[in-house]
Amino acid sequence: MTVGLNAFILVAGLLFAIGMFGVILRKNTLVIYMSLELMLNGVILALVAFSRYNGTMDGNLFVFFIITVAAAEVALGLAIIVALFRLRQSVMVDQLTSLSR
Amino acid sequence: MTDTLFYVFAAITLISALLMVVSPNAVNGAICMIICFVTTAALFVLLEAYFLAVIQVLVYAGAVMVLFLFIIMLLDVNKDTSDLLKDKMTLGASITGFTLLVILTLSVFAGGQHLPETALLPVMENPTGEGVGIPFTTSAKSFGYSLFTKYMLPFQVTGFLLLAAMIGVIVVSKKHSENS
Repeated sequence: MTVGLNAFILVAGLLFAIGMFGVILRKNTLVIYMSLELMLNGVILALVAFSRYNGTMDGNLFVFFIITVAAAEVALGLAIIVALFRLRQSVMVDQLTSLSR
Repeated sequence: MTDTLFYVFAAITLISALLMVVSPNAVNGAICMIICFVTTAALFVLLEAYFLAVIQVLVYAGAVMVLFLFIIMLLDVNKDTSDLLKDKMTLGASITGFTLLVILTLSVFAGGQHLPETALLPVMENPTGEGVGIPFTTSAKSFGYSLFTKYMLPFQVTGFLLLAAMIGVIVVSKKHSENS
């Protein structure tokens, strides 16, 4: 494969940028949360590419731990969103502004 | 051949990620997200991280996105889809930030004066586990070896983290009783 490290890091950086775009643009908490997962996805792609081109296994191990932490984070975050919906009947961030008043 | 595969999978990843972000329907967004995760797993295969590709499909595209779809359909948040283009301030701010981040990434990793390329190192098929660092291998055996030698403490901490997350989910989603 003649594709270099920079191409993979470019894809990872663009994934991170798209995720950040979604976090700022969207109002739906679930879509914001999916965009956060997209940012994590970009980061783990960068880690795997660095690990492959560096010739060590450590990046892959980090990705293993990141995936575990992300799974725990998604379970807890979605439980919080469901509890929030039960309390306020909405998951739109522009309607959840009690703290800003 | 592999180069073509890289360009195809990278394009599908970026396009489906962008579709997820701009799709007004959250369920369509989740499906685009699944495509994005699967093509990222394909990029992992191109990087010869086969075990992580399998984990990515099973955990991310499987468990996490099924949980997301379940919650999206349970809460039925699609009935109040606010217009994306209504808030000019948010739209301008997000597009400006996105463009700046894209220009930054492009200027560092593409074009004439990008960072130096490193050559692709040869890959060992079967790890021996000897030596100081853990060399890159394609087998899942080196994951087990690393987890139980160099990364023993993080491995155990991750186990406790999963336990804490499980207890946290139970506490958060528990219905409060009437008299409390």
